[in-house]
Amino acid sequence: MTVELNQTFSLDPQVSLRPERFGALAYHFGNRKLSFLKHPDLVAVLEQFDGQRTLADALVLVGVDQDRWPSFLAALSTLETSEMIRAA
Amino acid sequence: MLPEISPQPIAPSRGLVDEFRLGLDAPICLTWELTYACNLSCVHCLSSSGRRDPRELSTEECFAVIDELERLQVFYVNLGGGEPMMRSDFFEILEYAVSHHVGVKFSTNGTYIDAEAARALAAMDYLDVQISLDGADAEVNDAVRGEGSYAAAVQAMEHLAAANFGPFKISLVVTRHNVDQLDAYKAMADSFGAQLRVTRLRPSGRGADSWDELHPTQEQQRQLYYWLLDRPDVLTGDSFFHLSAFGEALPGLNLCGAGRVVCLIDPVGDVYACPFVIHDEFLAGNVRDSGGFTEVWRSSDLFTSLREPDSPGACTSCGSYDACRGGCMASKFFVGLELTDPDPECVLGNAEPLLAAVAAQGGPLPRPIQDHSRPGVPLPSPVTLRQTRRR
Repeated sequence: MTVELNQTFSLDPQVSLRPERFGALAYHFGNRKLSFLKHPDLVAVLEQFDGQRTLADALVLVGVDQDRWPSFLAALSTLETSEMIRAA
Repeated sequence: MLPEISPQPIAPSRGLVDEFRLGLDAPICLTWELTYACNLSCVHCLSSSGRRDPRELSTEECFAVIDELERLQVFYVNLGGGEPMMRSDFFEILEYAVSHHVGVKFSTNGTYIDAEAARALAAMDYLDVQISLDGADAEVNDAVRGEGSYAAAVQAMEHLAAANFGPFKISLVVTRHNVDQLDAYKAMADSFGAQLRVTRLRPSGRGADSWDELHPTQEQQRQLYYWLLDRPDVLTGDSFFHLSAFGEALPGLNLCGAGRVVCLIDPVGDVYACPFVIHDEFLAGNVRDSGGFTEVWRSSDLFTSLREPDSPGACTSCGSYDACRGGCMASKFFVGLELTDPDPECVLGNAEPLLAAVAAQGGPLPRPIQDHSRPGVPLPSPVTLRQTRRR
């Protein structure tokens, strides 16, 4: 699954985030998967997901430089595969 | 025992593993043994269980621990024992945990999972069940876990399947006698739609007395390493990171999380660094202390010292140290090695001269400090019932 910049996302309602020095732990109570969000900026992007804002808008809002976008797309694709986030 | 991360969404970088070594403000998950009572007397029991301890946490005290875990956002606990289902308030504790956002995986020998219990478990959310079984047939399993334990576990699995519980877990401690049964064991798990989990034998609890006879040979360790490497979907709780010194790292975090990202709460509320070190040397405090579990986790002298950078000690000159990180603290301790020595099962054989020196010295080894074994109950015989097949 590849996420696109013009897609809108929301956090799965069964997912909880626990803030950490490095970013956050994300736990899905439904499928019991644990993920590590390895950068505070990735957590900030997830927090922008409201089911309406596009991914590109969220990245801009958080102030992520464009040259870092590919790594964010990759991380978010994995998070979508493990059902942590859902495309609206 | 580290959290199962499968599949791994974002491969942990070296940076993340380093963060974990420094410790987190709360454990990622923890093991919580609810009682020392057990109907079995497994020869390798990590907690030397058998009899209930009169000081065990009350229902209310268990609820208070869960409240703390919820505040700390510990997303799930591994409940065990003893046999946790022997507590009369077991289902009450389960329900309290899952309704307070603390998911539960519990480990049981299956004896008390009848049709009714299976239906009750199947009706609950955020619950994983793990059945312990240490062989693919009754002969091999019962030699370690006791007569009738294989049949009881299989019956529990049948009840869970009939109740449509969904994918439960079957967990095996790898020994010299069952390592050749891994394929048969996997096939059995598949036939139940169950997830297979294999973990490492430790010389802890009653395991101190059965270690020499049960722990896999060097050749078997190699066999196990390649078996696991080919089956990344088999869960291990990151048990076997010492095998990574064979070459390519096994899936998982490959670090000892003791006191850094995991710990153990025992039935009387004592907090230890991990489930394999029930000994004064690794006791950090008690959940009944004034600051509760949180204070023990964040400020105890023991956990603070475990979060300091590792010293490679005797492994300094070994090129594989980055792969295995010196192995398992508990395994070293209970066979009489220093914590900076190589793992007793070091796959490069680096522990052999040290183990020989310990044996030559003949001094007493550290003994488990608590023994809840039932007096007068004969242990299953760890004596080899059949020759281990050689490749």
